[in-house]
Amino acid sequence: MHRTHVKVLEDVLDANGTLARANRADFDRHGVTVVNLMSAPGAGKTTLLERSLRDLDGVRVGVLEGDVQTALDAERIALLDVPVTLINTDPSFGGECHLDANMVRSALPEVPLDELDLLLIENVGNLVCPAEFAVGEDFRVMVSSVTEGEDKPIKYPLMFRTCDLVIVNKIDLLPHLDFKLDRFMRNLDAVHDHVPRLLLSAKTGEGVEEWRRWLVEAATRQPQPV
Amino acid sequence: MHELSLAGAIVDTVERHADGRLVEVVNLRIGRLRQVVPDSLEFYFDFVARDTVCDGARLAIEIVAGQLECASCGTCFALDGPSFRCPGCGSGEVAVIAGNEFEVESLELGETEIDEEAACIART
Repeated sequence: MHRTHVKVLEDVLDANGTLARANRADFDRHGVTVVNLMSAPGAGKTTLLERSLRDLDGVRVGVLEGDVQTALDAERIALLDVPVTLINTDPSFGGECHLDANMVRSALPEVPLDELDLLLIENVGNLVCPAEFAVGEDFRVMVSSVTEGEDKPIKYPLMFRTCDLVIVNKIDLLPHLDFKLDRFMRNLDAVHDHVPRLLLSAKTGEGVEEWRRWLVEAATRQPQPV
Repeated sequence: MHELSLAGAIVDTVERHADGRLVEVVNLRIGRLRQVVPDSLEFYFDFVARDTVCDGARLAIEIVAGQLECASCGTCFALDGPSFRCPGCGSGEVAVIAGNEFEVESLELGETEIDEEAACIART
Protein backbone atom coordinates (compact mmCIF):
# COMPACT_ATOMS: atom_id res chain seq x y z
CA MET A 1 0.00 0.00 0.00
CA HIS A 2 1.16 3.51 -0.76
CA ARG A 3 2.37 5.56 2.15
CA THR A 4 3.03 9.26 2.31
CA HIS A 5 6.07 10.46 4.22
CA VAL A 6 5.66 13.81 5.97
CA LYS A 7 8.66 15.60 7.47
CA VAL A 8 7.79 17.22 10.80
CA LEU A 9 10.99 17.92 12.78
CA GLU A 10 9.11 19.50 15.65
CA ASP A 11 9.99 19.37 19.31
CA VAL A 12 7.24 17.50 21.12
CA LEU A 13 7.26 20.01 23.96
CA ASP A 14 7.05 23.07 21.66
CA ALA A 15 3.52 23.79 22.83
CA ASN A 16 4.60 23.72 26.47
CA GLY A 17 7.53 25.99 25.63
CA THR A 18 5.24 28.51 23.94
CA LEU A 19 2.94 28.63 26.96
CA ALA A 20 5.92 28.90 29.31
CA ARG A 21 7.14 31.93 27.35
CA ALA A 22 3.66 33.48 27.60
CA ASN A 23 3.70 32.94 31.38
CA ARG A 24 7.16 34.43 31.55
CA ALA A 25 6.03 37.49 29.61
CA ASP A 26 3.16 37.99 32.08
CA PHE A 27 5.51 37.64 35.04
CA ASP A 28 7.98 40.10 33.50
CA ARG A 29 5.24 42.62 32.76
CA HIS A 30 4.30 42.60 36.44
CA GLY A 31 7.93 42.67 37.55
CA VAL A 32 7.61 39.33 39.32
CA THR A 33 10.61 37.01 39.66
CA VAL A 34 9.56 33.38 39.53
CA VAL A 35 11.34 30.47 41.17
CA ASN A 36 10.41 26.90 40.27
CA LEU A 37 11.13 24.84 43.38
CA MET A 38 11.58 21.13 42.72
CA SER A 39 12.58 18.05 44.71
CA ALA A 40 11.74 14.46 45.49
CA PRO A 41 8.69 13.97 47.74
CA GLY A 42 9.55 14.68 51.36
CA ALA A 43 12.75 16.63 50.74
CA GLY A 44 11.37 19.51 52.77
CA LYS A 45 10.20 22.12 50.24
CA THR A 46 7.16 23.20 52.25
CA THR A 47 9.05 23.29 55.55
CA LEU A 48 11.71 25.38 53.87
CA LEU A 49 9.11 27.84 52.62
CA GLU A 50 7.56 28.00 56.08
CA ARG A 51 10.98 28.89 57.45
CA SER A 52 11.96 31.43 54.88
CA LEU A 53 9.09 33.56 53.65
CA ARG A 54 8.29 35.76 56.65
CA ASP A 55 9.66 39.32 56.65
CA LEU A 56 11.64 38.90 53.49
CA ASP A 57 13.28 42.32 53.57
CA GLY A 58 10.29 44.09 52.04
CA VAL A 59 9.99 41.60 49.16
CA ARG A 60 6.34 40.80 48.52
CA VAL A 61 6.17 37.07 48.04
CA GLY A 62 3.47 34.65 46.89
CA VAL A 63 3.34 30.89 46.48
CA LEU A 64 1.83 28.64 43.85
CA GLU A 65 1.44 25.15 45.30
CA GLY A 66 1.39 22.15 43.03
CA ASP A 67 0.24 18.88 44.53
CA VAL A 68 -1.37 15.76 43.19
CA GLN A 69 -3.99 15.81 45.92
CA THR A 70 -4.97 17.70 49.08
CA ALA A 71 -4.57 21.31 50.16
CA LEU A 72 -2.34 20.35 53.09
CA ASP A 73 0.76 22.21 51.91
CA ALA A 74 -1.23 25.23 50.75
CA GLU A 75 -2.86 25.43 54.19
CA ARG A 76 0.55 25.41 55.86
CA ILE A 77 1.75 28.26 53.62
CA ALA A 78 -1.46 30.25 54.13
CA LEU A 79 -0.65 30.41 57.86
CA LEU A 80 2.32 32.63 56.92
CA ASP A 81 -0.06 35.27 55.59
CA VAL A 82 1.35 35.09 52.09
CA PRO A 83 -0.98 34.74 49.12
CA VAL A 84 -1.08 31.10 48.09
CA THR A 85 -2.76 29.50 45.09
CA LEU A 86 -3.26 25.76 44.87
CA ILE A 87 -3.05 23.64 41.75
CA ASN A 88 -4.19 20.07 42.30
CA THR A 89 -3.05 17.99 39.35
CA ASP A 90 -5.43 15.18 40.25
CA PRO A 91 -8.34 15.86 37.83
CA SER A 92 -6.40 14.38 34.93
CA PHE A 93 -5.92 10.64 34.63
CA GLY A 94 -4.24 9.38 37.80
CA GLY A 95 -2.91 12.81 38.77
CA GLU A 96 -0.06 14.47 36.95
CA CYS A 97 3.35 14.04 38.46
CA HIS A 98 4.53 17.54 37.56
CA LEU A 99 3.29 21.04 36.82
CA ASP A 100 3.35 22.16 33.21
CA ALA A 101 3.08 25.60 31.66
CA ASN A 102 -0.62 25.17 30.94
CA MET A 103 -1.53 24.27 34.52
CA VAL A 104 0.35 27.33 35.76
CA ARG A 105 -1.29 29.47 33.09
CA SER A 106 -4.77 28.32 34.19
CA ALA A 107 -3.96 29.27 37.78
CA LEU A 108 -2.60 32.73 36.95
CA PRO A 109 -5.95 34.56 37.20
CA GLU A 110 -5.96 33.55 40.89
CA VAL A 111 -2.44 34.85 41.52
CA PRO A 112 -2.25 38.54 42.57
CA LEU A 113 0.74 39.34 40.34
CA ASP A 114 0.28 43.10 40.86
CA GLU A 115 0.96 42.67 44.55
CA LEU A 116 4.05 40.48 44.22
CA ASP A 117 7.78 40.82 43.62
CA LEU A 118 8.53 37.13 43.96
CA LEU A 119 6.50 34.02 43.20
CA LEU A 120 7.65 30.63 44.39
CA ILE A 121 6.17 27.72 42.51
CA GLU A 122 6.36 24.58 44.63
CA ASN A 123 6.32 21.82 42.06
CA VAL A 124 4.99 18.31 42.59
CA GLY A 125 7.53 16.18 44.47
CA ASN A 126 9.32 14.17 41.78
CA LEU A 127 12.92 13.98 40.54
CA VAL A 128 12.16 13.15 36.93
CA CYS A 129 9.13 14.75 35.36
CA PRO A 130 9.18 18.40 36.53
CA ALA A 131 12.59 18.86 34.92
CA GLU A 132 11.04 18.31 31.49
CA PHE A 133 8.39 21.01 31.77
CA ALA A 134 9.28 24.71 31.86
CA VAL A 135 6.52 26.77 33.46
CA GLY A 136 7.87 30.27 32.77
CA GLU A 137 10.29 30.51 35.66
CA ASP A 138 13.38 32.73 35.96
CA PHE A 139 15.19 30.29 38.23
CA ARG A 140 15.06 26.60 38.93
CA VAL A 141 15.97 25.61 42.44
CA MET A 142 16.04 22.06 43.65
CA VAL A 143 16.05 20.75 47.17
CA SER A 144 17.94 17.54 47.81
CA SER A 145 17.87 16.23 51.35
CA VAL A 146 20.70 14.22 52.86
CA THR A 147 18.34 11.35 53.66
CA GLU A 148 18.04 10.69 49.91
CA GLY A 149 21.64 9.51 49.58
CA GLU A 150 24.73 10.75 47.73
CA ASP A 151 23.95 9.19 44.39
CA LYS A 152 20.92 11.25 43.38
CA PRO A 153 22.76 13.73 41.07
CA ILE A 154 24.12 10.92 38.91
CA LYS A 155 20.84 9.00 38.98
CA TYR A 156 18.74 12.01 37.99
CA PRO A 157 21.16 14.10 35.91
CA LEU A 158 18.46 15.95 33.99
CA MET A 159 17.02 17.45 37.17
CA PHE A 160 20.41 18.35 38.63
CA ARG A 161 21.70 19.78 35.36
CA THR A 162 18.70 21.95 34.79
CA CYS A 163 18.74 23.87 38.08
CA ASP A 164 20.38 27.19 38.96
CA LEU A 165 20.77 26.41 42.65
CA VAL A 166 20.90 23.20 44.68
CA ILE A 167 19.79 23.31 48.30
CA VAL A 168 21.09 20.48 50.45
CA ASN A 169 18.52 20.15 53.22
CA LYS A 170 18.31 18.31 56.55
CA ILE A 171 22.00 18.78 57.36
CA ASP A 172 21.04 18.53 61.06
CA LEU A 173 20.68 14.78 60.39
CA LEU A 174 24.24 14.33 59.07
CA PRO A 175 25.63 12.95 62.38
CA HIS A 176 23.03 10.17 62.25
CA LEU A 177 23.49 9.12 58.62
CA ASP A 178 26.08 7.41 56.46
CA PHE A 179 25.64 10.24 53.95
CA LYS A 180 29.05 11.47 52.76
CA LEU A 181 28.72 15.13 51.89
CA ASP A 182 31.95 15.24 49.88
CA ARG A 183 30.79 12.30 47.77
CA PHE A 184 27.47 14.03 47.10
CA MET A 185 29.35 17.19 46.03
CA ARG A 186 31.58 15.15 43.73
CA ASN A 187 28.53 13.56 42.13
CA LEU A 188 26.90 16.96 41.78
CA ASP A 189 30.02 18.41 40.13
CA ALA A 190 30.18 15.42 37.80
CA VAL A 191 26.80 16.31 36.29
CA HIS A 192 26.66 20.09 36.90
CA ASP A 193 30.05 21.54 37.69
CA HIS A 194 30.09 24.70 39.84
CA VAL A 195 26.31 24.89 40.24
CA PRO A 196 25.72 27.15 43.28
CA ARG A 197 24.72 25.21 46.38
CA LEU A 198 23.49 26.01 49.86
CA LEU A 199 23.64 23.69 52.85
CA LEU A 200 20.89 24.18 55.37
CA SER A 201 18.40 22.68 57.74
CA ALA A 202 14.85 23.94 57.30
CA LYS A 203 14.07 22.34 60.66
CA THR A 204 16.72 24.04 62.82
CA GLY A 205 17.07 27.12 60.64
CA GLU A 206 20.82 26.65 60.14
CA GLY A 207 21.84 28.14 56.80
CA VAL A 208 18.33 29.43 56.03
CA GLU A 209 19.42 33.07 56.23
CA GLU A 210 21.66 32.59 53.22
CA TRP A 211 18.76 31.15 51.23
CA ARG A 212 16.61 34.11 52.25
CA ARG A 213 19.34 36.45 50.99
CA TRP A 214 19.41 34.51 47.72
CA LEU A 215 15.63 35.00 47.38
CA VAL A 216 15.84 38.74 48.10
CA GLU A 217 18.62 39.10 45.55
CA ALA A 218 16.68 37.05 42.98
CA ALA A 219 13.60 39.21 43.52
CA THR A 220 15.49 42.43 42.88
CA ARG A 221 17.43 41.18 39.87
CA GLN A 222 16.53 42.54 36.45
CA PRO A 223 14.78 39.97 34.28
CA GLN A 224 17.14 38.14 31.96
CA PRO A 225 16.09 37.41 28.41
CA VAL A 226 14.71 33.87 28.02
CA MET B 1 4.92 8.65 34.57
CA HIS B 2 5.21 11.91 32.64
CA GLU B 3 5.16 9.64 29.60
CA LEU B 4 1.37 10.12 29.66
CA SER B 5 1.78 13.88 29.15
CA LEU B 6 4.48 13.27 26.57
CA ALA B 7 2.29 10.83 24.67
CA GLY B 8 -0.47 13.45 24.65
CA ALA B 9 2.00 16.05 23.36
CA ILE B 10 3.07 13.67 20.57
CA VAL B 11 -0.54 13.21 19.47
CA ASP B 12 -1.06 17.01 19.52
CA THR B 13 2.07 17.54 17.43
CA VAL B 14 1.08 14.86 14.92
CA GLU B 15 -2.44 16.20 14.59
CA ARG B 16 -1.09 19.56 13.44
CA HIS B 17 0.76 17.88 10.59
CA ALA B 18 -1.43 14.95 9.56
CA ASP B 19 -4.11 17.02 7.91
CA GLY B 20 -6.85 14.71 9.07
CA ARG B 21 -5.24 11.64 7.48
CA LEU B 22 -4.71 8.48 9.50
CA VAL B 23 -1.13 8.00 10.63
CA GLU B 24 0.51 4.59 10.45
CA VAL B 25 3.93 5.34 11.86
CA VAL B 26 5.24 8.21 13.96
CA ASN B 27 9.02 8.50 13.69
CA LEU B 28 10.36 9.89 16.93
CA ARG B 29 13.87 10.89 17.96
CA ILE B 30 14.53 10.76 21.69
CA GLY B 31 17.85 11.76 23.20
CA ARG B 32 19.42 9.60 25.86
CA LEU B 33 19.55 12.56 28.20
CA ARG B 34 15.78 12.79 28.30
CA GLN B 35 14.41 10.53 30.95
CA VAL B 36 11.83 8.93 28.74
CA VAL B 37 11.02 5.25 29.04
CA PRO B 38 10.12 4.03 25.53
CA ASP B 39 7.93 1.11 26.70
CA SER B 40 5.95 3.38 28.95
CA LEU B 41 5.63 5.98 26.20
CA GLU B 42 4.29 3.35 23.77
CA PHE B 43 1.80 2.11 26.34
CA TYR B 44 0.35 5.56 26.97
CA PHE B 45 0.52 6.50 23.30
CA ASP B 46 -1.77 3.60 22.37
CA PHE B 47 -4.17 4.85 25.00
CA VAL B 48 -4.24 8.56 24.13
CA ALA B 49 -4.15 7.90 20.37
CA ARG B 50 -7.61 6.32 20.38
CA ASP B 51 -10.08 8.13 18.17
CA THR B 52 -7.44 10.51 16.85
CA VAL B 53 -5.45 10.43 13.60
CA CYS B 54 -2.92 8.36 15.57
CA ASP B 55 -5.37 5.56 16.36
CA GLY B 56 -3.49 2.30 15.77
CA ALA B 57 -0.30 4.08 14.78
CA ARG B 58 3.07 2.69 15.75
CA LEU B 59 5.83 4.69 17.39
CA ALA B 60 9.19 4.14 15.71
CA ILE B 61 11.68 5.42 18.24
CA GLU B 62 15.25 6.32 17.39
CA ILE B 63 17.38 6.78 20.49
CA VAL B 64 20.00 9.49 20.04
CA ALA B 65 23.22 8.96 21.99
CA GLY B 66 24.56 11.68 24.26
CA GLN B 67 27.33 13.73 22.66
CA LEU B 68 29.15 16.46 24.56
CA GLU B 69 31.69 19.13 23.66
CA CYS B 70 34.14 20.54 26.18
CA ALA B 71 34.06 24.33 26.36
CA SER B 72 37.64 24.45 27.63
CA CYS B 73 39.59 22.21 25.25
CA GLY B 74 37.07 21.52 22.50
CA THR B 75 37.13 17.74 22.86
CA CYS B 76 33.98 16.06 21.60
CA PHE B 77 33.05 12.94 23.48
CA ALA B 78 30.25 10.46 23.94
CA LEU B 79 28.42 10.52 27.25
CA ASP B 80 29.43 7.25 28.80
CA GLY B 81 28.46 6.67 32.41
CA PRO B 82 27.17 9.18 34.89
CA SER B 83 29.86 11.87 34.61
CA PHE B 84 29.58 14.85 32.27
CA ARG B 85 33.27 15.74 32.73
CA CYS B 86 35.60 16.07 29.77
CA PRO B 87 37.84 12.98 29.54
CA GLY B 88 40.52 15.15 27.91
CA CYS B 89 41.05 17.96 30.43
CA GLY B 90 38.63 17.13 33.27
CA SER B 91 36.60 20.32 32.87
CA GLY B 92 32.92 20.24 33.77
CA GLU B 93 32.10 23.11 31.40
CA VAL B 94 30.53 21.06 28.64
CA ALA B 95 27.83 21.66 26.09
CA VAL B 96 25.36 19.01 25.05
CA ILE B 97 25.58 18.62 21.27
CA ALA B 98 23.24 15.64 21.01
CA GLY B 99 21.09 13.66 23.40
CA ASN B 100 18.51 16.28 24.36
CA GLU B 101 16.26 15.62 21.37
CA PHE B 102 12.62 14.82 21.77
CA GLU B 103 11.06 15.46 18.42
CA VAL B 104 8.60 14.08 15.95
CA GLU B 105 10.90 13.58 12.99
CA SER B 106 8.32 12.50 10.43
CA LEU B 107 5.08 10.64 9.83
CA GLU B 108 4.07 7.80 7.56
CA LEU B 109 0.52 8.39 6.44
CA GLY B 110 -1.89 5.89 4.94
CA GLU B 111 -4.48 6.93 2.43
CA THR B 112 -7.46 6.71 4.73
CA GLU B 113 -8.92 9.92 6.01
CA ILE B 114 -10.21 9.77 9.52
CA ASP B 115 -13.99 9.81 9.87
CA GLU B 116 -14.13 13.15 11.73
CA GLU B 117 -17.76 12.78 12.68
CA ALA B 118 -17.28 9.36 14.26
CA ALA B 119 -14.11 10.53 16.01
CA CYS B 120 -15.99 13.53 17.36
CA ILE B 121 -18.73 11.33 18.78
CA ALA B 122 -16.20 8.95 20.27
CA ARG B 123 -14.42 11.83 21.95
CA THR B 124 -17.54 13.19 23.65
